[in-house]
Amino acid sequence: MKMLEAKNLKKSFGDNEVLKNISFDVNKGDVLAIIGPSGSGKSTLLRCITQLEKVDSGEIVICGETLVKNDYDGNALYASKKEKASVARHLGLVFQNFNLFPHFSVMRNITEAQRKVLGRSKEASEEVARKLLKKMGLSDKENAYPCELSGGQQQRVSIARALALSPDILLFDEPTSALDPELTGEILKVIRELASEKMTMIVVTHEMLFAKNVADRVIFMDKGYIIENGTPDEVFNKSTNERTKAFLAKY
Amino acid sequence: MTLQSIVTQLGGGMLKTVLLFFSTLIIALPLGLLVSFARMSNAHLFSKKFKPLRLLAQVYISVMRGTPLMLQIMVVYFGPYYLFGIKISSSYQIYAAIIAFAINYAAYFAEIYRGGIESMPKGQYEAAKILGFTKAQTFFRIILPQVMKRILPSITNEVITLVKDTSLAFVIAYAEMFTMAKRIAAKETSMLPFVAAGIFYYVFNLIVAIVMNRIEKKMSYYK
Repeated sequence: MKMLEAKNLKKSFGDNEVLKNISFDVNKGDVLAIIGPSGSGKSTLLRCITQLEKVDSGEIVICGETLVKNDYDGNALYASKKEKASVARHLGLVFQNFNLFPHFSVMRNITEAQRKVLGRSKEASEEVARKLLKKMGLSDKENAYPCELSGGQQQRVSIARALALSPDILLFDEPTSALDPELTGEILKVIRELASEKMTMIVVTHEMLFAKNVADRVIFMDKGYIIENGTPDEVFNKSTNERTKAFLAKY
Repeated sequence: MTLQSIVTQLGGGMLKTVLLFFSTLIIALPLGLLVSFARMSNAHLFSKKFKPLRLLAQVYISVMRGTPLMLQIMVVYFGPYYLFGIKISSSYQIYAAIIAFAINYAAYFAEIYRGGIESMPKGQYEAAKILGFTKAQTFFRIILPQVMKRILPSITNEVITLVKDTSLAFVIAYAEMFTMAKRIAAKETSMLPFVAAGIFYYVFNLIVAIVMNRIEKKMSYYK
């Protein structure tokens, strides 16, 4: 079952064309790793899927709901505000620099959206939060504030915050790039666990080993194009593309 | 003439100073937020460059900051008579003083709010959007509380200035404390009322500083 279908996505910032005709699918339960050099458009792609940016043209369908398609002139035609919000509810996003709410405790970071967006009761949302914190190994931190936590702990809270709204697809935008190697391991372990539970995920990452070992599919992007889209084995071991080989040789 | 009798006579003036002080804050703090919204508004007419709301706020802030508060108080008080021929009674004094102070301070607060709001990292808005918060929820639950913490020192500055600025209400003979001190000093040919007034302003501001410091400490549970 297709959880996400993207067709012919194009996006420019002024004269700078960042996404040039991007198409790909994500199946249920799959982990898709997107790799590529800085400036290749990986993060922009993620931001277009999560509605933090708008595509100029192309089609995005998430869990069967159309977020955007082309009009007769080939320009992006977005769904209504209500439909866009409904599409957004299928997605969770984990940021590179966490973006926790610093004035809220760990508990409230995880419960606030459940209560104000989903309308869950305080008790129900705290129960969800405690389960997730336990899973993240942070049961003793529910009353702490983000500034009292290490980077790895903050990122785990932000994963819990995203999971609390039970998204169908969880997206990660370079989740370990702000962390040292030791803390990176913490986060990758969590993502690995989620993968074993068949959570559908899209992970933009520079961790090649992780992409190789955990992902079901790997996309290699360069200069706004998808150069490779295949299994880790196909991309890492069997690619004949010069650009792919040159990029992977650096790792 | 003893200090005690001066203080007793100044007492009524003190109450009026305090009344003016709190009324100004109660109106100017929210009004300033509205003005800062207008100042940052992207609503445009005819062309993308013509933003009437923003322009209006810019002119308002420019005039309020660019002309003396004393003059503004006089305009608000005497304006209705000279412009529209409305007869003004002395009971209008307090309202004129509060209106003039509130619209003047709102302009300063607006710029402080704007600085605070614009200093917020984009990631906070993005995280809120991804989680599905509405724009109003995002602003009031996530952005504004953090902005308040950031701008508190600047607000404290303005509040302390306000305490002293209340003495400017003497131009419309609003009987706040400084006006009273001047009257008593003239009648008794004594400097003592001014000394007492000075002490009063100092103590008032000391209390303001202590209170603001407490609030700042209360907000320092996070970074």
